[in-house]
Amino acid sequence: MSLTGKRILVAKPGLDGHDVGAKVIALALRDAGAEVIYTGLRKTPDYIARVAIEEDVDAVGLSILSGSHLELVRETQRFLREFKGENIKIFVGGTIPKEDNEALREAGASGIFNASQRIDEVLAEIDTLLSAPA
Amino acid sequence: MNKPQNIELNDPGQPSDVTPSGIVVPEVATPDMMDPAKIGEPGKYPFTRGIFENGYRGRLWTFRQYSGFGSAEETNQRYKFLIGQGQTGLSVALDLPTQCGYDPIDPMAVAEVGKVGVSLSHLADAETLFDGLDLAKLSTSFTINGTAAMVYALYLAVADKRGIPRAKLTGTIQNDILKEYVARGTWIFPVRPSMRLIADSILYSNEQTPRFNPISIAGAHVRDAGATAVEEIAFTLVNAFAYVDDLVRRGGDPNSFAKRLSFFFYVHMDFFEEICRFRAARRIWARTLKERYGVTDEKAQMFRFGVVCGGASLTAQQPYNNIVRVGIVNMAAVLGGAQSIFTAAYDEAFQIPTETSAEIALRTQQIVAYESGVARTVDPLGGSYFVEWMTDKIEEEIEKVIKEIDDYGGAIHAIEDGYLQMRIARRAYEKKLDIDRGARVVVGENYFRHAEDRTDIGEVFKVDPGIAGKVRERYQQLMDTRDDSKAQASLAKLREAALDENENIMPWLVDCCHAYATVGEMVTTLKREWGEFQEPVRL
Repeated sequence: MSLTGKRILVAKPGLDGHDVGAKVIALALRDAGAEVIYTGLRKTPDYIARVAIEEDVDAVGLSILSGSHLELVRETQRFLREFKGENIKIFVGGTIPKEDNEALREAGASGIFNASQRIDEVLAEIDTLLSAPA
Repeated sequence: MNKPQNIELNDPGQPSDVTPSGIVVPEVATPDMMDPAKIGEPGKYPFTRGIFENGYRGRLWTFRQYSGFGSAEETNQRYKFLIGQGQTGLSVALDLPTQCGYDPIDPMAVAEVGKVGVSLSHLADAETLFDGLDLAKLSTSFTINGTAAMVYALYLAVADKRGIPRAKLTGTIQNDILKEYVARGTWIFPVRPSMRLIADSILYSNEQTPRFNPISIAGAHVRDAGATAVEEIAFTLVNAFAYVDDLVRRGGDPNSFAKRLSFFFYVHMDFFEEICRFRAARRIWARTLKERYGVTDEKAQMFRFGVVCGGASLTAQQPYNNIVRVGIVNMAAVLGGAQSIFTAAYDEAFQIPTETSAEIALRTQQIVAYESGVARTVDPLGGSYFVEWMTDKIEEEIEKVIKEIDDYGGAIHAIEDGYLQMRIARRAYEKKLDIDRGARVVVGENYFRHAEDRTDIGEVFKVDPGIAGKVRERYQQLMDTRDDSKAQASLAKLREAALDENENIMPWLVDCCHAYATVGEMVTTLKREWGEFQEPVRL
């Protein structure tokens, strides 16, 4: 598994304080060779999109466990577009009911992950998505 | 890159000899492995066998189901339902804007109003939330930390308005900010002013609401974030000692305030590890209060705690298995001597429980309490060679972790520079990798998992999407009708109190609530003086 050379922003949008998933994924991405930036808690989609542009990342991973995933993904995508970062892929992880998957993809999520997936599966999917032409 | 090979985990082999905290368990425990002199009697120092002489015979534990969602009206309805079903204490879940100090109209709050708990931003909300509920009889627990002082002030204001004497109020506010910095994340102010707010509320509560628990020092969230059973107790105790130090510095008498300190933990699946660590924790707490703080009153040496059964020990795969898990964990909590128990609903990993899943959770407690017979005699496991050996062993392990934090410079330092947070995140990562490679068995999740996802939970709970709008409308209504000059005047006084270290801030917060100032306004006022916590990000 190698994500060497990839830059990924792991972010916690909204007020949700559950950051285990975000940190576990950040550690796993780092072990897989990626350069990882973690925002810390309670960031607005606007802020996250700005950091993504400034840090010139390949992808933004959003971790959301408060049930507000649709709004927050939509907003992050909106700001990324506004700042000309439409090539930056969005992944989302957390407590996401399956029936929201389609709407989330429409809102801009390229990958949707949950806690019962194996880490190596998640990394492989991220790798595939980041290798695909934009 | 190829997709990783799908390893089929179907044969876990023999169950492991090692507990999740890393304790190697003997094949058989023998009499020479325990020291009877350490055990003592129930209700007596060092309380290995529990804090009450008669165990649960005098009084069963409190059945305290956590609930709250949407608006105050809806949550009030759910409370009335639960009380009608035999629940004996309320536990209020608040939404994230309320927990982080944002009013429902704040741009930071917009996506989260009423989602994970009820929105409570002013006295009118609080009056609706407790409408028709007898606050003089019902004990109410609030899972609230960053804004605990404000929510407690709202509760007092409701009681005042209804003419209920404050001395009659019973319940708990979590009010444990240190673990928010470590794991739960609803911090607002920097550590030092937060510690002041907590000392203020504890000292004020001891005087005004002597039957109320002004803090519940919690390990639960640290545990769910990845800490082991042993670390959960150790991290909680170091935080507790930090509060005790602060209260003593403020002139509090530990013989008095320690009677009102309580604790809160998660109970996970490893049955004996869970039971024994509570026996060990009681001993360490009593001994430290006696030896380090000179506490002589036995009531003030007692380690009183509530628990949640569930959390990270529940799985998203095959969720009905969680009903069995919660039953086992509930037994461990009782055999460990918990004073109050919350059993999680089997669908907790996905959503706010439905009425059905919430009812099964409550029934689980009733079955343990009234059918299993475990509560009949005090500490029925006391004197078991294995249980006493394990209690001693865990006590040693907890003390090692306490020493590690002390050597690092104490809890507050370890939190301010992000050491504890980093340590827990790494533990969570290790645990996840262990589960992935099958070194730890989670039935249905890694072993015995179906090829396709099995996450059907039956009924789906949906928060009414119109709720946020309704909450904001109510808020606007309050803003339009309250006496604004009165609210502003109360906030100005709060600001003055914030600037004076020697002033207790609580009476000013209660005044603000009576004047219908909002939680967001109180928090904003204090933020201007105290600033905000800057999260250290270390991985």
